[in-house]
Amino acid sequence: MAEYHEISPNAPAAEKLLNWVDNRFPASKLFKEHMSEYYAPKNFNFFYIFGALSVLVLVIQIVTGIFLVMHYKPDAALAFGSVEYIMRDVPWGWLIRYMHSTGASAFFLVVYLHMFRGLIYGSYRKPRELIWLFGCGIFLVLMAEAFMGYLLPWGQMSYWGAQVIVNLFAAIPFIGPDLALLIRGDFVVGDATLNRFFSFHVIAMPLVLLGLVVAHIIALHEVGSNNPDGVEIKAKRDASGKPLDGIPFHPYYTVHDIFAVSVFLMVFTAIVFFAPEMGGYFLEYNNFIPADPFKTPLHIAPVWYFTPFYSMLRAVTDEMMYALIACVLAGAFLTVTRVRMPTLFKGVIVGGAAVIVAMMLSIDAKFWGVVAMGGGVMILFFLPWLDNSPVKSIRYRPDWHKYLYAVFVLDFLVLGYLGILPPSDIGGRVSQIGTLFYFGFFLLMPWWSRLGEPKKVPDRVTFTAH
Amino acid sequence: MRTMSFAKKLAAVILMAVGLAGLAHASGGGLAWDKAPNKTNDMAALQNGAKIFVNYCLNCHSAAYMRYNRLQDIGLTEEQIKSNLLVTNAKIGDTMKAAIDPQEAKAWFGGNPPDLTVIARSRAGANGSGADYLYTYLRTFYRDADKPTGWNNLAFPNVGMPHVLWQLQGDRRPVFDTRKEHGNDVQIFNGWEQVSPGTMTPLQFDQSIGDLVSYLQWMGEPIQNTRVRIGVWVLLFLGVFTVFAWRLNAAYWKDVK
Repeated sequence: MAEYHEISPNAPAAEKLLNWVDNRFPASKLFKEHMSEYYAPKNFNFFYIFGALSVLVLVIQIVTGIFLVMHYKPDAALAFGSVEYIMRDVPWGWLIRYMHSTGASAFFLVVYLHMFRGLIYGSYRKPRELIWLFGCGIFLVLMAEAFMGYLLPWGQMSYWGAQVIVNLFAAIPFIGPDLALLIRGDFVVGDATLNRFFSFHVIAMPLVLLGLVVAHIIALHEVGSNNPDGVEIKAKRDASGKPLDGIPFHPYYTVHDIFAVSVFLMVFTAIVFFAPEMGGYFLEYNNFIPADPFKTPLHIAPVWYFTPFYSMLRAVTDEMMYALIACVLAGAFLTVTRVRMPTLFKGVIVGGAAVIVAMMLSIDAKFWGVVAMGGGVMILFFLPWLDNSPVKSIRYRPDWHKYLYAVFVLDFLVLGYLGILPPSDIGGRVSQIGTLFYFGFFLLMPWWSRLGEPKKVPDRVTFTAH
Repeated sequence: MRTMSFAKKLAAVILMAVGLAGLAHASGGGLAWDKAPNKTNDMAALQNGAKIFVNYCLNCHSAAYMRYNRLQDIGLTEEQIKSNLLVTNAKIGDTMKAAIDPQEAKAWFGGNPPDLTVIARSRAGANGSGADYLYTYLRTFYRDADKPTGWNNLAFPNVGMPHVLWQLQGDRRPVFDTRKEHGNDVQIFNGWEQVSPGTMTPLQFDQSIGDLVSYLQWMGEPIQNTRVRIGVWVLLFLGVFTVFAWRLNAAYWKDVK
């Protein structure tokens, strides 16, 4: 506990007040630790603004959400009308609603870029594994939050999107049908579903999300930020113990972020004011038709931010199962023959592979599609332990690693694009290859990330003054 | 620097992919939709559209989220709305409800006529905007004795709605050319033939439908033109603010060596 600090009776009133508070709550201490004496590497580039922007979008979503809830009615008979009421009769309701709907897409955009930054600069490597895990948790919760929020306008796409996704849970053996029933609260998506999704969307998920965001930032400030060179700035300090390549977060990165926020808001408001539907990608046209349980739309597509994973789901057909079984067998064979380990482990691996193949043969492909979709997200959690590269940053990886990462990004975008389109033969093939590549990229990473000759990592960060 | 160019290359690839996705989304099949005139800023056209809407559409279709007094946004006074457009016993603050009984509508047309409040927003698709669709749909009715209502439509085949505006447009017949494609006879639509004249010339009719569709588009989002005007000011402000933020940033960062 800090000692009680007396202050001169002649000090200015503001100083006296701060002293009064500091003796009871660590206000100045927190500000120092997290802002004015939190040393961040000075060589951050463009990709480092998306963390701050995610916080901005989170705040936008919470504030606009509070006002939407004041006028929205979570009732199957009233929900669609209440959204139109917000759009027409509530003063500035249209602005609040468009900010919220655009904010959802913006959230995923900045989070994807934020994750991409972590991926290429190795920000998940030791000692930042927990930051990455909390972040993956945020991504997962964000997906649940977006999915449940999308049901609330109660349009055709809301309704049928929820119907399709909840029905996926029914594909899980044994517990599936009951689980789907539990999620819906009814045999079809209905009023009960709308009510529970509303509750989750406005209370449960945001609460978890905020907790995870706080944990993410506390963990980050404990170990310090990584940087595009992947050099630990704490290794080189000056006489007073400050990192030589570090600068105080405040004011340097706060002014940086003000600038970035301003540029971001220009893009954000341009969409809100000039193209809130974003050509049907942010607000789908079909969602302007009230939900009708008797009329299935011809083409049900999730919103763009889910489509890469939706493509993985659709890629797993009966045919694809043979390819996946071959992959499991080849993986087990290579592990047993190429990796040195006790015979007992080899037996376990062979046995495990046999069980998995037996399950793959006996359970419907639809279930494995769900596994692929979920696995596509879950595999991100394991990234810190999959990467064996001797260097963190892409800058010092062998050149072909860069191309591999470029192909990975392209693969993710292609999967996302195909997920928007109606199913087609050629699209199906491409998404099958894309899905195999996506999982291959991660599952084979322990092997390929070690290959090639890394470049020499400098002692200090590379930085040219502005 | 090499690594920076890698990041830039990636950004370029992402931008290109997004652009391609937009292009692919813009193309599609089916009957090509005619481009609807956009008259959502033309008060006279919107007022004419509102008149047609109330006289012809509102008998069967509701606009259950649209209040009569919102028509003040298109330059009408409360008095004008009350005396000219409030045909039922509705109040000025009420929403636009159809005169028809939903049960009867279902019996007559095989389904309830859809609500038209946001119809223009919901009908956009690969072939164009929702207004384009409506502009095409309302001008492509033709006589078809095989249908219960006696009418059919090119943009919406086997539609349940009869040609409500036929007295204005008159009777028309679509002309099809038969063409061989892959060994099959294919019917290709090739223009219209006027069977009997309506009270309007084809040009007048197209203009009226243009007014009606503009009204429907405006009604889908009455704030649409205001928000664009506000958006310009917001962006101007942010543009100036960005310049200050940029210089502020530079002023601090000049110390970082």
